[in-house]
Amino acid sequence: MTAIERVSQYVVWAIAGFTVVFLMTPLIVTIAVSFGSSTVFTLPPPDWSLRWYERLAGMRGLLPALVVSLQIAAVSTAVAMVLGTLCAIALVRGRFPGRETVSTFLVSPLMLPGLVIGIAMLQGFKAMGLRDVYASLLVAHVVITLPYIVRTVVGALSLFDFSLIDAARTLGCSYPAALMRVLVPSLAPAFLTSGMFAFLASMDNYPISMFFTDAWTKTLPIQMLQYVEERPDPTIAAISAGLVLLAIVALVIGDRLVGLRKLADF
Amino acid sequence: MTVKSAPSPWRDPVALLAAPAVIYLLVVYAFPLLWLFMKSLTGPGGLTLQPYVSFLSDPFNWRVVGNTLRVAAWVTVVCFAIGYPAAFALARAGAVLQIVMLVSIILPLSVGAVVKAFAWQIVLRRDGIVSQTLVGLGLWDEPQRLLFTETGLVLGAANIFLPFMILPIYSVVKLIDPRLSEAGATLGATPLYRFTHVTLPLTLPGIVSGVAFVFSMSVSMFVIPSLLIGDRFQTLATLTGRSFLLMRNEQLGSTTAVILLVLAVSIVVGSTWVARRIGGNQA
Repeated sequence: MTAIERVSQYVVWAIAGFTVVFLMTPLIVTIAVSFGSSTVFTLPPPDWSLRWYERLAGMRGLLPALVVSLQIAAVSTAVAMVLGTLCAIALVRGRFPGRETVSTFLVSPLMLPGLVIGIAMLQGFKAMGLRDVYASLLVAHVVITLPYIVRTVVGALSLFDFSLIDAARTLGCSYPAALMRVLVPSLAPAFLTSGMFAFLASMDNYPISMFFTDAWTKTLPIQMLQYVEERPDPTIAAISAGLVLLAIVALVIGDRLVGLRKLADF
Repeated sequence: MTVKSAPSPWRDPVALLAAPAVIYLLVVYAFPLLWLFMKSLTGPGGLTLQPYVSFLSDPFNWRVVGNTLRVAAWVTVVCFAIGYPAAFALARAGAVLQIVMLVSIILPLSVGAVVKAFAWQIVLRRDGIVSQTLVGLGLWDEPQRLLFTETGLVLGAANIFLPFMILPIYSVVKLIDPRLSEAGATLGATPLYRFTHVTLPLTLPGIVSGVAFVFSMSVSMFVIPSLLIGDRFQTLATLTGRSFLLMRNEQLGSTTAVILLVLAVSIVVGSTWVARRIGGNQA
């Protein structure tokens, strides 16, 4: 190894190390604070304790908010999976003009400011006579989750070799059976991974959800921000640590199903 | 009409499968956005630009626009300064280091902004990590509070948006053949010349899309400034949110929302156009 190669190796390590530390700081700080005994976020914590986790049970409004968030995320992801998969099939298999436009349109909610989409929906839903907060949240969250499904399933479908279905039929499968035995298993990883990340995006959404909330219906991020404003203490870090854990689980499953490098594709 | 046997492109039955999703988005997403846009342009006497004229004639609002663009520009600069070398490190790292880097880039992406912004509230305190580190390194004489300062906001936002700079640049860096640069060296090019004439042009498409992502997200961020800098510092997004949620001033909110929308759309369209031109030059 020449001197220049060795130096460039060190530079790569230094940059990589700095990036990893910088990016992980908020997550590590959250977890460390949630397990500390200090009320004032002292780091490193003077002593370890589970007191903030014990207090979670007594937090007013936490459980209802968690339930609302889980329900909205689950239902909106399920709806988006149906709508998104049908649409992805049309985009990959269909021969009609404007496919490019349709796919840009479907992914566009990811590119526009959530706040503006939220305000537009707030006024648009009012104009259409939709006043129920829970229903509005659900309708809005399908728009949040749909792009994740469409993007990933289109990617997976365009790599799928459709002649395999013909092969299965030649070998005696009926058309539905061929779909179930050949298409579904090969799409399943992309399907599950995109569903997971869509679910997380719905769970974590703040800028759209904040327009559809009332005294009874609050999603978890809305409730958390209210705690931060009212009385910031490490209990919020304990809730955050729970959400970080959820993201870790999604990442591990996603890595198993499609691999880390695939997840990083942009 | 010569080829009668060919089915009309509009009659492809598979296309109908896209209908539910498209109709859904048209009704609950495109229509509301259009409605917001139209409403901001109509006054009691028909078509008007009055709300925009009165918005821009208030010097306070110019400060808000200035705050928004200045913070977004700084966040983009910081993200680029860290993200560009990081993308190269990610592409050139060994297997284990690459996995560690990928995890630290993807994991924060699946955690919400509220969680991360709250964590930065802790990091930026007077007794927080940043302050302690800088004092420890001897760069600061005494601990300082970065929370509720513009520097703190830029640092926190840059941290949250950094993955959106690294990933698009990484996606082009990993395609570059390292032998290109070696070939340049063999032909006698200096490292600087090789960088500006080989590496930089090849990574430009990634830079354009990374910069566009980060800038447009920084312009419209809402939770991060509310937690890291507070109400005294207003950006277009926080002003929009406040005018709907607190001030009940829907007119002002709609005006600023449309300005944000136009900004975001022009960044997306503009960056796509630039990326296409760069791609065209190389081909």
